Amino acid sequence: MFTPDLRALSKAGLAALSLSVAGLTWAADGPGLGMPVTAEQLAGIDLIVLPDGSGLPAGSGTAAQGKAVYDAQCAACHGAQGEGTQGVPALAGGSLTGTPVLMTVGSYWPHASTLFDYVRRAMPPTAPKSLSDTEVYQVVAYVLHLSGIVAEDTVLDSASLPQVQMPNRDGFIDRSQEQ
Amino acid sequence: MSDNNKNTPAIALERVAGNGLLSRRHLLCLSLAGAGAMVAESVMAADGPALTMPAWSRTPGRGPSEYGNPSSFAGHIKRLAPPPSASLPGGGASRTPLHLLQGIITPNSLHFERHHSGIPDIDPAQHRLAIGGLVRQPLVFSYEDLLAYPMESRILFLECSGNSGGAAGPTAADTSVGGLHGLLSCAEWTGVRLSTLLEEAGVLPEATWVTSTGADGASMGRSIPLDKALRDVFIALYQNGEPIRPEQGYPMRLFVPGWEGNVSVKWLSLIKLASMPANFKDETSRYTELLPDGKALQFTFPMGTKSVITSPSGQMALRRQGVHEITGLAWSGRGSIRRVEVSADGGRTWADAQIDGESRSLALTRFRLPWLWEGAPAVLQSRATDSAGNVQPTRDVFLNTYSPANRYHFNGIQSWAVSAQGEVTNVYA
Repeated sequence: MFTPDLRALSKAGLAALSLSVAGLTWAADGPGLGMPVTAEQLAGIDLIVLPDGSGLPAGSGTAAQGKAVYDAQCAACHGAQGEGTQGVPALAGGSLTGTPVLMTVGSYWPHASTLFDYVRRAMPPTAPKSLSDTEVYQVVAYVLHLSGIVAEDTVLDSASLPQVQMPNRDGFIDRSQEQ
Repeated sequence: MSDNNKNTPAIALERVAGNGLLSRRHLLCLSLAGAGAMVAESVMAADGPALTMPAWSRTPGRGPSEYGNPSSFAGHIKRLAPPPSASLPGGGASRTPLHLLQGIITPNSLHFERHHSGIPDIDPAQHRLAIGGLVRQPLVFSYEDLLAYPMESRILFLECSGNSGGAAGPTAADTSVGGLHGLLSCAEWTGVRLSTLLEEAGVLPEATWVTSTGADGASMGRSIPLDKALRDVFIALYQNGEPIRPEQGYPMRLFVPGWEGNVSVKWLSLIKLASMPANFKDETSRYTELLPDGKALQFTFPMGTKSVITSPSGQMALRRQGVHEITGLAWSGRGSIRRVEVSADGGRTWADAQIDGESRSLALTRFRLPWLWEGAPAVLQSRATDSAGNVQPTRDVFLNTYSPANRYHFNGIQSWAVSAQGEVTNVYA
């Protein structure tokens, strides 16, 4: 089983250790070929934004600024007002108990950080990672504005984005310990 | 069928449940139990023409090749792949043709696929795996580096969280078992324990989650708890003995045994230790299970206890009356399969199926049971119990647990109807 105090041990100290995992014995004695790097050296491939805002880049944007980005990059598939099109999810409106159920950024997503993280890494599908950080802030603000979550002139940046109150923030039941 | 005596079983058949289910002991002597029927099924007949030497026995065949292919006569055995998506380039899924396969191992070319931004064409010499975040020393590994680490092999199933989601729909689709349940495969995966690499980087005490992203266009990411990551997660480099296929994450993927397939991040390029889950799009907006009251389950990781009959199954046809083998697959994300029961009367009576070989933890298990079909309509079902005592629920029990919109983690009992004409169809029963 997992032993917490093993985690902080030095690499040298681990060389002679073995972990007993689910009845198997696994020697912690790999060849040690990992090349040391700095967090800065990983920044170019690390796009992860956590709900507390860590990982958010510099820059800022408002919904008013984001309309042009949305209309150019998103509206063709997600609809002019975020209503979605055939096979492409709606972004705004919806209900989790209505008929039909409609799960959108506005009705379902628990964290604004997720929207920034996902748009920056994966949108638009034809050219992922082509938006600047400023454009991502702007279009995230606009998508949140489509659901009335932020005002047209609310400035989103690394400090304010994690503070956005998503309507379904408390809608999830964490099952991660039921393994 | 001209000789009635041939249709009379040669020995007494032991019936163990309603509508023709037979004892497992008849698996060992199917040809005796259904002797007449077996002869009637054959394309050969005693009064037919004599066998002749075929043309391929009169000439040298093709020579050896560098990489083999199936017989040209087996070319119909393919993944069930939809046309390309216009709105999400490279996205979508293809399904394993479970109805055309036997045993438990999925050939690499037939392993199901699910992509969120297509399959990247990665040069392993340029690929890097980075480990960062809450570690003492961030590290970068090349593919060549990882090949030098201690490896282990395990036979493990992989199932998409959305597998069988169609079975939760309002009407029973006219489809095959592959079409309905084919986001499911099983292979021998070989790779390097994640714990080995994490120990090398030195996990800091405040780390509780492992977040990972891939090198595909969407840089798809997922988060798993650190205790699971240290328990049995590994970096898969080989699949059934050869380097993992591009559609499975070449040159490397995370492999998280027993858990929903999406967490086994393909084209793995970044592992970042954190004190919380990242709440990526694919663990909030997707891969969460909506409940009737509008709340949703998040981080439901192990796949449920489940089984499905692969033969006879949807869109097949029984061509003769007599003894048939009912066979299928069972699996659980929480251990091994302890028991599979089969019903031929829509769940009124059940009989224990034979487990084929050993039941492996977190792998597919093949089950079999002989069945005497005498032309009456039947509804075939299977029900799995795992080593932790979890029993596969009925479809109704599953559906009543969730919102009608939920399509994830469906593990309800599958029903196949057999008509008096022998046609097999997907039904809700």
